[in-house]
Amino acid sequence: MGATNHHTLSALVENRPGVLSRVAGLFTRRGFNIDSLAVGPTERPDRSVITIRVDCTRHSVEQVVKQLYKLVDVIDVYEIAPDAAIERELLLVKVQADAERRSEVMKLAELFDARVADVGQTTLLLECVEHPDRLASFEELLAPYGIVEAIRTGRVAMLRASAPEGESKSRLRVMG
Amino acid sequence: MSTQTETAIAKARARTGRMNGAEAIIRSLEAEGVEICWGIPGGAILPLYDAFMACEHTVQHVLVRHEQGAGHMAQGYARATGKVGVCIATSGPGATNLVTPIADAFLDSTPMVAITGQVPTHLIGTDAFQEADITGIVMPIVKHSFLVQTVEDIPKAMKAAFHIASSGRPGPVLVDIPKDLQLTEFDFAWPEEIDLPGYDTDWISGVDQDAIDAAADMIARARKPVLYVGGGVINAEATDELILLAEALQVPVTTTLLAKGAFPDSHPLSVQMPGMHGSKYANWTMHRSDLLITIGARFDDRVTGKLDAFAPGAKIIHFDIDPAEISKNRLADVSLIGHLNETLPALRDAVLANRNDERIRHQIDWLNEVQGWRRENPFRYRRDASKLKPEYVMEAFDRALRGKDAIWVTGVGQHQMWAAQYLTIDGPRRWITSGGLGTMGFGVPAAIGAQQAFPDAYVVNIDGDGCFQMTLQELATARCYDVPAIHAVINNGWLGMVRQWQELFHGERYSETDLFGTIPDFVKLAESYGCLALKAETEAEADAVIAEAIAARRPTVIDFRVDREEKVYPMVPAGSASHEMLDETWENEWVEEGV
Repeated sequence: MGATNHHTLSALVENRPGVLSRVAGLFTRRGFNIDSLAVGPTERPDRSVITIRVDCTRHSVEQVVKQLYKLVDVIDVYEIAPDAAIERELLLVKVQADAERRSEVMKLAELFDARVADVGQTTLLLECVEHPDRLASFEELLAPYGIVEAIRTGRVAMLRASAPEGESKSRLRVMG
Repeated sequence: MSTQTETAIAKARARTGRMNGAEAIIRSLEAEGVEICWGIPGGAILPLYDAFMACEHTVQHVLVRHEQGAGHMAQGYARATGKVGVCIATSGPGATNLVTPIADAFLDSTPMVAITGQVPTHLIGTDAFQEADITGIVMPIVKHSFLVQTVEDIPKAMKAAFHIASSGRPGPVLVDIPKDLQLTEFDFAWPEEIDLPGYDTDWISGVDQDAIDAAADMIARARKPVLYVGGGVINAEATDELILLAEALQVPVTTTLLAKGAFPDSHPLSVQMPGMHGSKYANWTMHRSDLLITIGARFDDRVTGKLDAFAPGAKIIHFDIDPAEISKNRLADVSLIGHLNETLPALRDAVLANRNDERIRHQIDWLNEVQGWRRENPFRYRRDASKLKPEYVMEAFDRALRGKDAIWVTGVGQHQMWAAQYLTIDGPRRWITSGGLGTMGFGVPAAIGAQQAFPDAYVVNIDGDGCFQMTLQELATARCYDVPAIHAVINNGWLGMVRQWQELFHGERYSETDLFGTIPDFVKLAESYGCLALKAETEAEADAVIAEAIAARRPTVIDFRVDREEKVYPMVPAGSASHEMLDETWENEWVEEGV
């Protein structure tokens, strides 16, 4: 039913053992591929937020949100509209950079506000917190130097401080 | 609930004191009003069984012969009463033997709490003896599960488990309790509150008048409406409200396999079961309808057949308790989440306020058309003087127990479909069958559980010879506790439904379905379990043994040697449109009459 699109879901969950398996398992069981998943603590120690990015139809995302609500440990689920949210991801990347190339790579890093986390004889380890699309450009530009290793955390998302509450944070609890 | 029970529950809830975790489980069961539970002891649950004997309490424990039996007995009890069924097993293999009943309870929305022992906390994760990650194993088939972490959490988890199992859309909840916690002493107090911030059912209450008005408006404009009723009506205890609504609307009512009894089969508006082996008139009614008023049903593939071709001209009104069922398989035009015993009367009021003569004229024409299909296409079979037809056995039972306090239970397969077609069920909770999961072996234990809920009722398990051999060890349980349910084995010596598909769709290659040569003598077998054992090979014998079994009031097995070739018709082959029914008994052709 309809074309597929990327959707970012933010699930506020109880910080209990097994909650991540329950959430991830639900996506598997209902046949969804997770593009990215990030989980971490919140301002409250008894709550975590799981940020999930999926590629599916509008109908499917509505169905999966309803299924998520059926999990007892899931307190709330929001779909976060990209234009109303700040989305960030952390990239750690190890790039080939001997003495000759080092300054070139570091200049590029500066352009992306990336930090040098560690320096080796022939490599540089960079860290960068940015919008995932910008991280992709960064990686693309680093590629010619030779990426030894790259790893990302998965995206997290939060509504902009300026966004009016309840407008773009669509609460999907009672639908239909 | 009687005042006596209420007093006992209040007393149990007020209890405090020092005790171990095992006793706390029993006190929790008392506080939840549990009168009976089913299980088998084992290493990791030993402290609980010790407490059953060591302390005074009001919970009857029934020792079964296989944990699967315990699960299905709990289901039979739950389906017959509406209360939470409780089953108990030890860790590892005990727990994994509960997986099938848990999955069955999940798909048929049966309230159940499964309590399992777990290896001691310090051994968890070490592949200890009889360790299985049961909360992990059952994750996709439970409403929720708890792996209890501290002894203080035992009463909290138990209270939460019963609340979750029985509220909203009911389902199974598993509580896994490590052995060391069962042995740890603490100060017990029944928790006053449940801390479940992610589980809110309050919002289900109340009626959204806009949705009611939209539904009533849609009904007022419909010419061929039909009530499509599912098992949700039984869980909601909303039969009376449904009958009032149907009579106000004067529309045909189809009841799914799970909803049999939610609306009386003998009511003039009933067109009975739709779907794969449903009545021709139920399927034609759905197919020709322009409005399905869906009540607690979920557009299961066994009802719809090919989804794209199901009720192609119909708009959909969908009333349910579970938002996730709305527009899951079929988009709803109007939907309403709520308790059916609140929303159905609201819809009735709105419809009555919106009467219009033109609509009534059209709908009377429609009802007459449906009644015509019904008159001309009843469930029927060809009798044969030389053979006992399974359908005859159903009719004979139906005659013998009509008007009596009867509860019908079934296994899964041909016998189940014949029972659904030929038995007249006129009230809720009098028809207990495994619908969603289709669990062969459900019948014997579920019948025992239902009979233990209602010791004076006539409980009949319509079973097949394949199903019966999957759980017949529970005849020992029936004998031990004098549970007089009748187990009617419709014995054709085949895995009959599979055989039927092989005959029709697999070139008569009967791959691994013939049981005939290896079927034990069910009479001798049942006798060895201490049951009354009877056999019938003709119609006259069938009538006689049914009368004898009903009069006996003791555990009884009847071996009905039926026609081996008989098939269940009509049939919608899997993947076909639901109005395209096969009926070789009467027509050697596809039936599309009236469509």
